[in-house]
Amino acid sequence: MKHVDEYRDGKLARDLARRIAAEARADRCYRFMEFCGGHTHAISRYGVEDLLPANIRMIHGPGCPVCVLPMGRIDDAISLAKRPEVTLCTYGDLMRVPGSNGSSLLKTKAAGADIRMVYSTLDAIAIASNEPERQVVFFAIGFETTTPPTAMAIRLAQKKRLTNFTIFCNHVLTPSAIQKILEASDPDAVEIDGFIGPAHVSTIIGTTPYQRFATEFHKPVVVAGFEPLDVVQAILMLVRQVNESRAEIENQYIRAVSAEGNRRALAEIADIFETRESFEWRGLGEIPDSALRLREPYAQFDAERRFTIVTRPARDNPACECGAILRGAKRPRDCKLFGAACTPETPMGACMVSSEGSCAAYWAYGRFRDRETGLQRVGAP
Amino acid sequence: MNKYEPLGRKLDLRSGRVDLSHGSGGRAMARLIADVFHKAFDNEFLRAGNDQSVFDIAGGRMVMTTDGYVVSPLFFPGGDIGDLAVNGTINDIAMAGAKPLYMSASFIIEEGFPLADLARIAQSMGDASRAANVPIITGDTKVVERGKADGVFISTSCVGVVPAGLYLSGDRARAGDIILLSGSIGDHGVAVMSKRENLSFETQVLSDTAALHDLVAVMVEAAGASIRLMRDPTRGGLAATLNEIAHQSRVGVRIEEASVSVRPQVAAACELLGLDPLFVANEGKLVAPEATEKLLAAMRAHPLGQDSARIGEVIEDEHCFVQMTTAFGGGRIVDWLSGEQLPRIC
Amino acid sequence: MCLAIPARVIELLPDEMARVSLDGVVVNASVALLEDVAIGDYVVLHVGYALAKIDEDEALRTLSLLREAALLGADA
Repeated sequence: MKHVDEYRDGKLARDLARRIAAEARADRCYRFMEFCGGHTHAISRYGVEDLLPANIRMIHGPGCPVCVLPMGRIDDAISLAKRPEVTLCTYGDLMRVPGSNGSSLLKTKAAGADIRMVYSTLDAIAIASNEPERQVVFFAIGFETTTPPTAMAIRLAQKKRLTNFTIFCNHVLTPSAIQKILEASDPDAVEIDGFIGPAHVSTIIGTTPYQRFATEFHKPVVVAGFEPLDVVQAILMLVRQVNESRAEIENQYIRAVSAEGNRRALAEIADIFETRESFEWRGLGEIPDSALRLREPYAQFDAERRFTIVTRPARDNPACECGAILRGAKRPRDCKLFGAACTPETPMGACMVSSEGSCAAYWAYGRFRDRETGLQRVGAP
Repeated sequence: MNKYEPLGRKLDLRSGRVDLSHGSGGRAMARLIADVFHKAFDNEFLRAGNDQSVFDIAGGRMVMTTDGYVVSPLFFPGGDIGDLAVNGTINDIAMAGAKPLYMSASFIIEEGFPLADLARIAQSMGDASRAANVPIITGDTKVVERGKADGVFISTSCVGVVPAGLYLSGDRARAGDIILLSGSIGDHGVAVMSKRENLSFETQVLSDTAALHDLVAVMVEAAGASIRLMRDPTRGGLAATLNEIAHQSRVGVRIEEASVSVRPQVAAACELLGLDPLFVANEGKLVAPEATEKLLAAMRAHPLGQDSARIGEVIEDEHCFVQMTTAFGGGRIVDWLSGEQLPRIC
Repeated sequence: MCLAIPARVIELLPDEMARVSLDGVVVNASVALLEDVAIGDYVVLHVGYALAKIDEDEALRTLSLLREAALLGADA
């Protein structure tokens, strides 16, 4: 696969890792957070951390939109789906996310609700078009990568004059979440020396929105592509910035990301959506200006207005450490529930529900590092 | 004088449909069995026309297996529910190192199912059965109301004989064994998915459905009684099979990603769908720990084992982890797939 | 969720759609978010939409920077 395989080259990776080990100063630790769930997944799946020297630690950030969706919003989606006239369309990732009382979209579907897994908003529009007697609701989640597809669906619905199509909007914003992490005052939080910026969010928003993290918080941000060599190269760039006491926004993913982003996508988003004053993030609490809703001219496409949804806050298990894990203060194995009550089959909290969550990634790919002897990453984990 | 047709008019195999009378035990059912199943499977056992079939066995230990087939869609690139049922059942017997002898096939058909499709499926089964030299000697037919079965479900069983001195079991892997894989992974799953309505992608990937008993016979001859375990990865992919072996044998497994063969189009389809080929279904591959050069050479000489390769080794590990060195150079575990990624792959 | 993959445009279709190929696996995708998409372009594909074009020159530049740094590492 072109533009993919070249960035998975193991030989290049080993040599690059040696370069990093040579440049990383022995007298200090480097702690970098990769914000995006996709990066967390890539790092775990390819075992990138095994190539890094022991004094570089990757902290997994909250960039997993499935993980940070509050349980109350899953409950709302389930209520919508239970209405006999509603066809709820959703990305596959959301089917097994637990709502209150052990419910989920998958279980609600098994009980007879019309819930359909779709690969794209285009499929949801097709359903609304072909089945005019159904009220089609699209369960819209995601960071800025996934917002333009929702915006385009609304444009298509307008063009086709659909009166039976609405979206249940849960789109969230990356820079607000990064800011929340930087402002958090955990007593046991670890200082973050720099960020690996998200790959595909940045194709949309560009690199300019991260500028304030460099100027106000003095944190370097390197936007990295999705493949493991991209991540390793970004880590080298971050090490260099830290060594040289620089705090700049650098772009490793220059083949797909520009400073200004995707103008058409941004224009559509600005026209169709506005920022909510505040939005609850699972594990992070309320964050101001961190999520989107439809602007008034598009009210007819808003499920929250058509169906009068009042979200009730739902609480996670008190022993669940997702909040601390999402902020980078704790690790999956620090949580009492990990591997016991909380597994991918029986997820208790945000970090286990999606394959991109830190706990799920650790369970699926890294659990063998728990052991004291035998095959383990060289150096302190 | 009119020729008396005891079973009534012949079935309209081109545009007719199965209806409830075809399952009621009467003349219509006898017609269906004759025109569709007996015609496709044809052998001396079925010609006797009984509900059961009697056969001699040459002695030795017997093996028996049963399987159910609910794949959706019924027809996919490289095969259909029919040859899948024959090959899959034969493979269960073959994994015991046994020679499969006779099969049964039981059909639960939905009212309204096109007879043309049923005939096509039966023909696939007959062809697969003849190619494998494993006759289908007994069967059953039921018809259920519309909506109670997705087209057709097939249930099978098979009996075979294990050669003396051979004892294959999932708990017999040992630390030090080298693991062999007979070919590329993920082909069947991708082929089936490419025909699912809600995932529209075009590809030339064909299901790898195949009967492995001949390859197994070649392997047993090459390695003899030193072969202790064989398994064919189906649902859950290579990952499920390696984890099963690890847990049954109370050992660990370590494999090299670079040595596991994945066809470019299978890899591409998995990337598009966000799937890991390690978890995608197969229907014509096998895994065997305990290897010698002679065994690998024998496998590669067989048409179904041309791409056989060493993919790793069995190690001591009380946690029974399956670990993998990624092509990138890092390490990860290969866990069982969590939940059901896509239902009804086989 | 951020799953996105580079694919090559092999055919342009009406209504701002296109057929794209990833190593011979072909899907339909919307190119409504991009301007001047041509056959042969590589695009980043996410949930049925092309979000960005891959700039071949910048890709080559990234690869040569990678190889340069790796060479230094190999000598280390």
